[in-house]
Amino acid sequence: MADQPRKIAFICSKGNLDMVYPALVMGWAAIGNGIDVTIFFTFWGMDMINKHRVDHLEVPPLANSSMKMNMMGVPGYVGIPQIMGVIPGMTAFASALMKSKMKKLGVPTVREYLEMLSDAGANMYACKMSVDMFKLTKEDFLPCVKDIVTAGDFMDMTDGAQIIFI
Amino acid sequence: MVVKKIAGKEVQVNDEGFMTNPAEWTKEIAVEMAKEEGIAELTPAHWAVIDFCRTTAGTSGKTPTLRTITNGANVTTKDLFGLFPKGPAKKVAKISGLGKPEGCV
Repeated sequence: MADQPRKIAFICSKGNLDMVYPALVMGWAAIGNGIDVTIFFTFWGMDMINKHRVDHLEVPPLANSSMKMNMMGVPGYVGIPQIMGVIPGMTAFASALMKSKMKKLGVPTVREYLEMLSDAGANMYACKMSVDMFKLTKEDFLPCVKDIVTAGDFMDMTDGAQIIFI
Repeated sequence: MVVKKIAGKEVQVNDEGFMTNPAEWTKEIAVEMAKEEGIAELTPAHWAVIDFCRTTAGTSGKTPTLRTITNGANVTTKDLFGLFPKGPAKKVAKISGLGKPEGCV
């Protein structure tokens, strides 16, 4: 084994429910295996750490060609007509469905996952430029967020790390 | 598969050093395994986690994941990572004489 522990950094740039989980799952696996984990939240990814938004993340069926009716128990791979996606309530419906499926599997909520990662020692930061653009402050974020940092700071912090952009 | 001598007993381990037969495990082996993993002394808090893992694996046949441990063994994530620093997932399993945890959380 090398002298330096392995380091992984995730850049989370998306806020849709299906796109916030990859970093959480992989980050948790990494930290459980003794790998140093840093997560940088930018742009829409800041919804994950925004305490007003974290419990209300959604997955829209619109323009998502992989979401099929089998999620709702229809056998095979019957598509959801795109026009259905614009019906009010469809996004909320799809999101509730996905959340209930994950709950049944024992997958933690996004809020809980972030807490677990923070307790396990992961370093989490918000992107300064995005914070300024969305007019947010540190008070808008969950306590797991250590600081608001610049892209340059992030580069310094992740020297030698494998970086995964999501 | 290789045979390794730990705490005066010969046990089967796989390439990654996990014991392959949980029945060969003893408390003395756990103490030795812990030392190899950089944990000098097993305290009652460590034993509570190890006992939980042994019991869970005994009934379900599966090595518990970290979340199963924090939910079931009355230990917080922070404490679990404090007790078994730098990678509790594999360390707990190894010390408990079990295989790698199955499951993602």
